[in-house]
Amino acid sequence: MDAMRSERFPLRRREVAKALLAERGEMLVVAGLGSTAWDVTAAGDHPLSFPLWGAMGGAVVIGLGLALAQPARRVLVLTGDGDMLMGLGSLATVAVQRPANLAIVVFDNERYGETGMQPTHTAHGVDLAAMARAAGIAVAGTVQDQTELEAALPAIRAAPGPLFYAIKVRAEPLPFALPPKDGAFLKDRFRAALLGA
Amino acid sequence: MSGWPDAIFEELRELEVRQVAYVPDAGHARLITLCAGDSRMRSVPLTTEEEGVGLLAGAWLGGERGVLLMQSSGVGNCVNMLSLTQACRFPLLMLITMRGEWGEFNPWQLHMGQRTGRTLELCGAIVHRLDDAARAGDTVRAAGVMAFEGQMPVAVLIAQALIGAKAFGR
Repeated sequence: MDAMRSERFPLRRREVAKALLAERGEMLVVAGLGSTAWDVTAAGDHPLSFPLWGAMGGAVVIGLGLALAQPARRVLVLTGDGDMLMGLGSLATVAVQRPANLAIVVFDNERYGETGMQPTHTAHGVDLAAMARAAGIAVAGTVQDQTELEAALPAIRAAPGPLFYAIKVRAEPLPFALPPKDGAFLKDRFRAALLGA
Repeated sequence: MSGWPDAIFEELRELEVRQVAYVPDAGHARLITLCAGDSRMRSVPLTTEEEGVGLLAGAWLGGERGVLLMQSSGVGNCVNMLSLTQACRFPLLMLITMRGEWGEFNPWQLHMGQRTGRTLELCGAIVHRLDDAARAGDTVRAAGVMAFEGQMPVAVLIAQALIGAKAFGR
């Protein structure tokens, strides 16, 4: 088996990211460190995207704070299985707050993509959607293929949240698509676009 | 009776704090209750303190101010997440009730309690100590102004001698 790639899952992360962000409108996006930050950037760098270069385990709670501050805006957290596993408690924190405008999407390739494609816990059967549901996030599911993705997309964009989807994606080496690296710039750009200040 | 938690609460209202993130501590019990009773504040209980660092970064992205309440033992849980405040210049106001520094009966609190301020300083935070209950309001106000205007992490360490050492019924 080639540790760097697996075609077990048909969906490809860059295409899924493009589909998720194609009609983003006024959506606010937080992208977890590593591959999902590159995926969001490959779909088109945007001032209302906040891609992380660190803070592992923090993507979901950053999205939660943003969703509570901006209840009229859709907030999408797009992160990987490694980041999600490091912040599992945040699913419980989200469930207690019940932000109707928050969607959490995990691109689950069952790998730590930035460190040599080592298997994550999901490769051994840990079920992130079941954990989200058990935490109290009522709408939680796993997407395995294009048909299921098309069924989930409208919910991710607009259904009352909080909601959680683990999207199983192919493990594959991809070219980097790097967002700006200066966090203060990313933050100020985001606030200027959202708040005008 | 109005005490130092009430004075801190009034300053948090003045500072227009909207998100109150916390892992509970006995020393913060009254402040947590006061904040939960204020319709302008959103209480967010956390499973671990580092969630609060991320939460309040997100709040700031969305235009809201917050405060993170925790016990000194929680500071160690925040170390890597505090890099957010440095890399992005996020403001972060932390109010930390101390254990392990004054009449502590639990030896397992001593390690983190004796290193809380230095840990925060190593992480780039400005650290104020609050030893006198009469200074609670103005200390928190000063810390809040520096955090939100300076876009810096600022911590107020609330002395165990001020709170009273926990005795577990002894």
